[in-house]
Amino acid sequence: MRLNKIILSFVSALVILFSTSVASFAKVVGDKIILGAAISLTGKYSSNGVHTQNGYNMAVDRINSMGGVKVGGKTYKFDIIYYDDESNPKRAAQLAERLISQDGVEFMLGPYSSGLTKAIAPVTEKYGVPMVEANGASRSLFTKGYKYLFAVLAPANLYLDVAIDLAVEKNNGKPVTVAMAFEQDAFSQDVRLGVLDAIKRTGSKKVIDDKLPKELNDMAATLVKVKQMKPDVLVVSGHTKGALTAIRQISEMKVDVPMLAMTHCDAAKLSKQHGKNSQYALCASQWHKTLTYKDNFFKDGMTYDADFTKEFGYAPPYQAAESSAALLVFKDAFERANSFDQKKVRDALAATNMQTFYGNIKFAEGGQNVDKPMVLFQVMCDDAGKCENKVVAPTKWASAKLIHPIPSWSKR
Amino acid sequence: MDFMVFQYPMISVQACLDGILLGILFALIAYGMALQWGVMNIINIAQGDLVILGGYIAYFMYLYGIHPAWGVIVAPVIMYFVGIAIYKLVINKVVDRDLFISILATFGISILFMQLMNFAFGADVVLANSDYGTTMLFNNNVVLPNSKIFSAFISILFAICLVIYMKKSKLGRAIRATAQNARAAKILGVDTEKVYAATFGINAALCGVAGALISITFTIHPYMGLPYTIRSFMIVIVAGLGNLPGVAMSGMGLGVFEEFADYILGTEFRIGSVFLLLVLILIYRRFKLSKKREYLK
Repeated sequence: MRLNKIILSFVSALVILFSTSVASFAKVVGDKIILGAAISLTGKYSSNGVHTQNGYNMAVDRINSMGGVKVGGKTYKFDIIYYDDESNPKRAAQLAERLISQDGVEFMLGPYSSGLTKAIAPVTEKYGVPMVEANGASRSLFTKGYKYLFAVLAPANLYLDVAIDLAVEKNNGKPVTVAMAFEQDAFSQDVRLGVLDAIKRTGSKKVIDDKLPKELNDMAATLVKVKQMKPDVLVVSGHTKGALTAIRQISEMKVDVPMLAMTHCDAAKLSKQHGKNSQYALCASQWHKTLTYKDNFFKDGMTYDADFTKEFGYAPPYQAAESSAALLVFKDAFERANSFDQKKVRDALAATNMQTFYGNIKFAEGGQNVDKPMVLFQVMCDDAGKCENKVVAPTKWASAKLIHPIPSWSKR
Repeated sequence: MDFMVFQYPMISVQACLDGILLGILFALIAYGMALQWGVMNIINIAQGDLVILGGYIAYFMYLYGIHPAWGVIVAPVIMYFVGIAIYKLVINKVVDRDLFISILATFGISILFMQLMNFAFGADVVLANSDYGTTMLFNNNVVLPNSKIFSAFISILFAICLVIYMKKSKLGRAIRATAQNARAAKILGVDTEKVYAATFGINAALCGVAGALISITFTIHPYMGLPYTIRSFMIVIVAGLGNLPGVAMSGMGLGVFEEFADYILGTEFRIGSVFLLLVLILIYRRFKLSKKREYLK
């Protein structure tokens, strides 16, 4: 009997301990709204993971210092619990599980990359935890019927189709020939689908359709084919390594192509690593500091750029900007829901219709942001070799005129 | 499947030249592997990671305004000592054990190096610009970046130096003696412990040179080591141990094979085709060996 008593008291002590520890981490404690995020702080996505974290932190500080979130007549402050997912989808899913069931988090922020978001989304969906994510653009995220997933960014298939339209426009509305080289990951393959749609829509023709391997660092074969086939547009998407490898080998092999369109140029610090060789490259971007969107917290892109640079010592890539925007969306939704009920917050998120410094945000049925077009910028260098990214499309936001066709290497 | 490479003869020429230049670089890495495999009976899974570490040395020189080509001198020196340190810490404990233990140990070192490099240098893809320009051949139909030619030239130079060193120097002779029969060498007064350390150091130094050349020619990234390990493993399997001309030939063969596989099957199958070739060669060798066994019967 004594043994039973000991066991009973031990178990009840554990239960009490466990329940208090959960309570201390629950969604809203005192005046704090606690959000959870699994982010790649180590592993292959760590640089973009850090951009994401910096973006989140910047917005948390800003919102907290400017009055916080007002719900039910009370003011709350944001706080985030971070875990390192090691750039590993399995780990990310485990951490999401842990954030929700152990730490009691009831609202989540997204991780970095489409792959990791894909791993986490089923977990948040299962528990009915609203997640606002800023770095998963793969189309497949928005076709699964997720009800609790909201992405502030434009889906991947919209990244480079603008470039094809632009090339057709420059070709006096006549169809063009397109060479494509895409990495075999969820994101790049979605970009490819978007380009294929644009090719079909404009009656253009694809002449090369190469798939790049994950451990890519040599795309000479693709470029030799490009030299031979002389397409009007070359489209490359393979994250930062694709962009860097392409520019290096295009300049070394003197490949002349009238239009070169890529993704991940600013994350790759193209103009810094390659200087003038990167000139004229067209890059798809979710955001650029010169866009004239406005909000009350960060004012506009230029101010955000300056503030971020001051705080973190480097200019914000779009990965940071969109992450900051995710918190603005959460704040707005909490205030409109005027509650911390997950269902109500979810409905408020679905009804979001707002402008942030990052762009307009309005979610479609699938959770993707349909109110924010992608922009294309072109790398432009002056004679001293100083390069800058200037927005050239869509025309509404253009700060410079597109240089087309790209001058041949013999004239550069 | 795409047979464009055969429709335009110039593309074939381009593929062959690209492949040969690339293959020479592979051969240099493979030679290091063959050397330590032969001498110490160790298959070094961390080979590719040593290469990438060498690449980072050249990259950091480039960042600090020194031309990355100097990396081919600095990287091997630093990497030699890195190699010695790895030997003293880990390898000397597994050198006389069976092959499986050493594969596990070097696999562990490989993971450790990947994570350390990621931690220290970040996950960004980086490269070192040499600004060497381009050589145009056959009426501009074939283009060869000078950085690739430079890489091949330096690789050959190091290989030649190493061969001479192995033939003429005292340590070189001791290494060869240990490779032939470690016990006999020990009885005759060779300090095999020292020979092992030096061999591992020399291998790391060769990886350093190759890494510096890769950062000048291609791009580097903390997680890019494994394909280089696989390639050198495969070259050594084909060429056998202690056979430098064989390593050079099979390196170039692999380079050309990869380029053609890239054109015909598509870039996505480039690395995959290397694995496939490895399997085919292993099957072929087994087949040949079993025939030999029949004669013996």
